[in-house]
Amino acid sequence: MAKRLSVVDVDRCVGCQSCMFACARRLGEGGLAGACIGVRSAGGIRRGFVVVVCRACPDPPCARVCPTDALIPRPPGGVRLRAELCIGCRNCAEACPFGAIFWDAAQNKPQICVYCGYCARYCPYEVLALEDLPSSPALRATPSPLLTEGQERGEGRGES
Amino acid sequence: MLPNDLLRRILYIDLSRRRFWVEDRLDLFEEGLGGAGVAVRLLEEECPPGADPLGPENPIIFAVGPLVGLFPMASKTVAMFKSPHTGNLGESHAGGRSAIAIRMAGYGAIVLRGASPTPVYVVVEGENVYFRDASALWGLRSSATVGRVIRERERGAGVRTILRIGRAGEQGVTYACVVTETYRHFGRLGLGAVFGSKKLKALVVSGRRALPVAERKAYRETYDAVFRAATESPLMQKYHELGTAMNVLPLESIGALPTRNLRSGRFEGAEAISGENLARNYLGRRVACAHCPVACIHLAALRIPYPNDPYFYKTVMMGYDHEPIYAVGSMLGIADVAGMLQLLDEVEAVGLDVMSAGVTLAWATEALERGLISLKETDGLALAWGDWRTYIQAVGRIVDPPNDFYRALGRGVEHAASVWGGADFALAFGGNEMPGYHTGPACHLTYLTGARHSHLDSAGYSLDQRAAAKGETLTPEGVAEALLEEERWRQVLASLVVCFFARGVYTPEIVQRTLMAAGMPRSADDLARLGAGTLARKHAFKVREGFDPARLRIPRRILETPSPLGALDEAFLRRAIAHFFEGVGEG
Repeated sequence: MAKRLSVVDVDRCVGCQSCMFACARRLGEGGLAGACIGVRSAGGIRRGFVVVVCRACPDPPCARVCPTDALIPRPPGGVRLRAELCIGCRNCAEACPFGAIFWDAAQNKPQICVYCGYCARYCPYEVLALEDLPSSPALRATPSPLLTEGQERGEGRGES
Repeated sequence: MLPNDLLRRILYIDLSRRRFWVEDRLDLFEEGLGGAGVAVRLLEEECPPGADPLGPENPIIFAVGPLVGLFPMASKTVAMFKSPHTGNLGESHAGGRSAIAIRMAGYGAIVLRGASPTPVYVVVEGENVYFRDASALWGLRSSATVGRVIRERERGAGVRTILRIGRAGEQGVTYACVVTETYRHFGRLGLGAVFGSKKLKALVVSGRRALPVAERKAYRETYDAVFRAATESPLMQKYHELGTAMNVLPLESIGALPTRNLRSGRFEGAEAISGENLARNYLGRRVACAHCPVACIHLAALRIPYPNDPYFYKTVMMGYDHEPIYAVGSMLGIADVAGMLQLLDEVEAVGLDVMSAGVTLAWATEALERGLISLKETDGLALAWGDWRTYIQAVGRIVDPPNDFYRALGRGVEHAASVWGGADFALAFGGNEMPGYHTGPACHLTYLTGARHSHLDSAGYSLDQRAAAKGETLTPEGVAEALLEEERWRQVLASLVVCFFARGVYTPEIVQRTLMAAGMPRSADDLARLGAGTLARKHAFKVREGFDPARLRIPRRILETPSPLGALDEAFLRRAIAHFFEGVGEG
């Protein structure tokens, strides 16, 4: 079953950024250049944190604005990058309302979550989880109210 | 060092000429690794003998190390400068995002030279450096506002550090701090005043580089070992749960919690200001430094009603730890925890080192009680134990002094007592105000002998408590040797910029494994040499600048108030000091 990363409870986030370093380490390197997840304060640390990550939209706006079809939808949600087609126009990054399209400055191409869940394994506070993405769009509207609610709250923070 | 590791690059910023450049200093990092080991070498290069700490010739050096961005808990930045507070070695460590940001911007160290003629804040975005006008930020009442304005104006949210000063730094209070990420500090020895003397309101650093590793598989395995030790073993539990505030009650119960200017080691209000009570009634959020899963930073949420406006409240989030609780809690006889938090909030807003501020106010309170000073000197403030409202007003006067007395308080207790008397109860060691432990001779020997006169230099309090628990008898030579060994090893950790709270995780074996993965393999002997050598260099700098162990002042008060190990003996302390300094120069 297709997976996506879920922000289960952003209020438990302590801002340690272990997830960001894990995402880069997935590629075997240190630092943050390779990270496809971002943690920042919600307007000062006293207000807590925002976790920015691809939510695997069923109808992803980033793919819709790609002029070369380098970003293609992955049913039932999310996208896949065909890097060889990408011309680095940044349309996708601007189209994502969450800012979840990170940018590989060296290659001038987007870097986007591949829904592997490696970051969640290093979250010490159960903020992140890899969850199944139900295949039927009808099912997606209702299930898992707990997870969906948590996800919504997480994203809401990202917007404020 | 791996050929593509940018740690070797040092960013030089000349504030006088508003120029910057980068130098490849592989030599420094191969010799000193990073952090303290590199910073002390840069201090030797940059700081001329007899430099005025508040003159343009005093450099500010920030250094990080090879493990930053690769391994968890390698999260500190070491700052070195000449201290305006002691007139000697200035060294202060802070976490937040500072270390990650400097490393991710592509540098191993940043050196600030000269002084700006007008207020400025400096932004480092990877390869670019911008000098921004800060005249509109100069004089802002709260350091928190400075942070907010810059946060909203600059890029790099999530991957930047904003190091800034408050009014205290602008005004040259010699124990002004530098605040980073709102809740972490380059607290001690007055880096904030050095910023202020350079008209430097803030330094913003951001970047998101990749870091190379020697061997990918070994890197991931070593990472997992360190991460598991940090999150699953009991080693970090104390910092994780109640935080350092868990020390308050145990120290009080053995009579080691300095209270009312150390007239006692017991405090009847300890329960109210304890980590337990704070967690139960005020803990609003826990946060972490970048790349540290422990999250030791505890924030109290305090709801404050407006006295004359019903249904108006404000909620402040205050960081608390053992040392601030001691300094503006027990040391000032404050058992009203909400009042203590408000005093702490004021100290933060103006940007003072809370430890020196608390001890200075404690001395002033006792001096007033004893009639060494009068209400004329205090500008009408009847300083009294427990009266946090009056202390809040006094903090404001230290920063904007109405008279010579408050100007003197702005230079710490050593100086204030040299003018108004009361040296016997002026609790400073090597010119730096006392930390929150009165456990026995070893803690005071740490304050006296430590290169920074900080409790973190060699943690003598843990030696005292072990001796008390096991019923051992301490000897001057034994204590001196144990402190020297500890301070030397801590130079290794401070060169790797591993948080001292993680010292249980970063054993010599783990240090070697992590360095191997980072492409800078070192043997146990190499590390021992680095530790001893770094300490010897710091000591040599101090001697050059006039430090003389024989002239260290031992405040009478620590001999008068019994410790858990009994009354302290000056002859014991003097013998241990002499023995320590016989060994320290042997790098």
